[in-house]
Amino acid sequence: MSRKPGGGFIGDGLAQIGALGLFLLSVLAAVPRSLRYFAETVRQIFFVGAMSLVIIMTCGLFIGLVLGLQLYEVLSRFGSTASVGTVVAIALYRELGPVVTALLFAGRAGTSITAEIGLMRATDQLAAMEMMAVDPMAYVVAPRFLAGVIAMPLLASIFNALAIFGSHLVAVTWLGLDNGTFWSNMTGAVDVWTDVMNGVWKSAVFGAVVTLVATFQGYSTAPTSEGVAYATTRTVVYSSILTLAIDFLMTAFLM
Amino acid sequence: MTQRRSHQIGTGLFILLGFAALGYLATQTTSLANYRQGPTYALKARFTNVGQLKLRAPVKIAGVRIGSVSDIQLEPDRLEALVTLAIDNRYNQLPDDSAAAVFTSGLLGDQYVALKPGGSPDMFKNGDEIILTQSSMQLEELIGKYLVGSGDSPAKKPAESESATQEGKTP
Amino acid sequence: MSAVSTSSKDALVRIRGLRTRLGGKVIFDGVDLDIPRGGITAVMGPSGTGKTTLLRHITGQLQPDAGEIVVDGRNLAQLDRNGLFELRERIGYLFQNSALLTDFSVFENVAFPLRQHARLPEELIRNIVLPKLQAVGLRGAAELMPAELSGGMARRVALARAIVRDPMLLIYDEPFVGLDPIALNQVLKLIRVLNQTLGLTSIVVAHELSAVSRVADHIYLLAAGKVAAHGGPDELVRGDTDWTRQFFGGEADGPVPFHYPARDYASDLGFAKERA
Ligand SMILES: Nc1ncnc2c1ncn2[C@@H]1O[C@H](COP(=O)(O)OP(=O)(O)O)[C@@H](O)[C@H]1O
Ligand SMILES: [Mg+2]
Repeated sequence: MSRKPGGGFIGDGLAQIGALGLFLLSVLAAVPRSLRYFAETVRQIFFVGAMSLVIIMTCGLFIGLVLGLQLYEVLSRFGSTASVGTVVAIALYRELGPVVTALLFAGRAGTSITAEIGLMRATDQLAAMEMMAVDPMAYVVAPRFLAGVIAMPLLASIFNALAIFGSHLVAVTWLGLDNGTFWSNMTGAVDVWTDVMNGVWKSAVFGAVVTLVATFQGYSTAPTSEGVAYATTRTVVYSSILTLAIDFLMTAFLM
Repeated sequence: MTQRRSHQIGTGLFILLGFAALGYLATQTTSLANYRQGPTYALKARFTNVGQLKLRAPVKIAGVRIGSVSDIQLEPDRLEALVTLAIDNRYNQLPDDSAAAVFTSGLLGDQYVALKPGGSPDMFKNGDEIILTQSSMQLEELIGKYLVGSGDSPAKKPAESESATQEGKTP
Repeated sequence: MSAVSTSSKDALVRIRGLRTRLGGKVIFDGVDLDIPRGGITAVMGPSGTGKTTLLRHITGQLQPDAGEIVVDGRNLAQLDRNGLFELRERIGYLFQNSALLTDFSVFENVAFPLRQHARLPEELIRNIVLPKLQAVGLRGAAELMPAELSGGMARRVALARAIVRDPMLLIYDEPFVGLDPIALNQVLKLIRVLNQTLGLTSIVVAHELSAVSRVADHIYLLAAGKVAAHGGPDELVRGDTDWTRQFFGGEADGPVPFHYPARDYASDLGFAKERA
């Protein structure tokens, strides 16, 4: 996976995407074998999911507070403060929830996945597994990938719930919007399938994207402490860019 | 082993919490919240024009949702819209001279039925009809009124259209 | 020198005509080598000659460009993934840096190969793991985490893990590096004792002649992509080639040059014109 110098920016980018695509195939091929190690997947859901709760909940709450403030201010110019709840909910479910959660997830869980697998590579733990006839793709990579796909929609939902709570706190408790107005406008305009579930699919895809990049970077890292450090940075950069690009494609063509 | 156990418990709690949040969002903050309603009673109202009013649109008093539109039909003999409202049973203290109007939320939002409480000592019962109604304000009509009314006497046209929609069947 | 030992019939590992290039560099250029059953064979050579690479070939982690590798009668080139895994289940491998799984305790590290390949009752796992830990003298450390171990202890745990499934072949990659004299003696003793009591075949990769000559029955000296010399320890030390003299005599210059290949010294210093 070493990159040849002078390959050119576009050539490098294409090579990376190609390598990532091949890696995706081998991860998917390893998923059935990884079901033997289901306990490992459960453990990884704990690490990537439960351990990300604090940052997800805190950020969700603050996003909700800010959205409540901003939208109340802006919508009051049109005399439509009644729609604060609606706009907050739709913006969160369709875009902000999945995307912001994915970016936070890349920083919190993605980096630790890369660093962990990179260190396993550098200290021969992956080779040791090969030697113990345990396939690291099935035992190390696939469970983390599955955990990301499972945990991300749940994290995004928790993020959204906290953000709704935050915007309610600002708009209703603080700025005095009527409670019934807030909720009834929201329930009148938000749809389960086109808004909530679309967000859930999106975040499952983002979970796959971030964990795929993170495991790929860790797996193919140069086995030195410097290599691990660079790989960790690349995980954040690449998975953020990829998340936003795929978000655009999904929104434009699928939803 | 014990560590593995605590990870399993933590994972279980996390998944529970996540699904609880998802379930809450899906059922309490979307139109699903309107399906799931307790026992209701029906009120009827006639409008000359319901505009964009849709089934399951909210019925509100003072901005608070108290029920939803359960049926919209054309009454063949009078060529008016007959709208059936399903009102939550806990809001059973509505004076029987309350008025109904089809409003738009915000400038361009969805339409809903607003009730304006009257002062009668008697309350609506299941199947009663709301006598005082006001039809939907069509944006086109408003603009037309404005353009025409600017040359005319300003009070005339709005008054006409208002009274036309007001059903004159007050006892 | 005839590279093939006479006992090639009962060799556990047989390598013929091995050729490998890695990153454009020739690592092996025609290596023939036999590892006899039941013995302790040492593979020695300067750093970077490809000793670890040779081990990766023997365990099928790396395919050679050319040549034949036969382990226990099976040609590695003809094995699929499952066949390789089956073979590896009977090979214990001690990594240069122990490679213990950082998430697991000492006990769980040693139990790991057992748990991955069979659903055994917990009691049976204890009855297998504890004797191995006892053998390396670390039964008392069963509940420690890898981060709490010294280098020598970690290596002994890795050794216990390597023998937990009673392998036929035990491979040690640089088992003496970074050990204090006490730990080194402990590891030496273990290599000897395990080989005798478990009746297995051992390959020891190292470059400490004093240590190796105390355990090895047979030594291969690799250099410049070829087998430079092989034979019993005494034989080799007395050997009279440039390689053996430099390697076992510890001379700074010889076939392995002291100077990294460079341009002419004078021209580097800027005297080229005057000379010419
Ligand atoms: N994957 C690889 N790609 C390129 N070069 C490699 C690779 N693995 C090892 N090498 C090179 O092969 C040579 C032999 O390495 P190694 O077998 O680790 O030597 P030793 O164990 O004898 O010190 C080294 O020069 C190393 O740089
Ligand atoms: Mg080496």
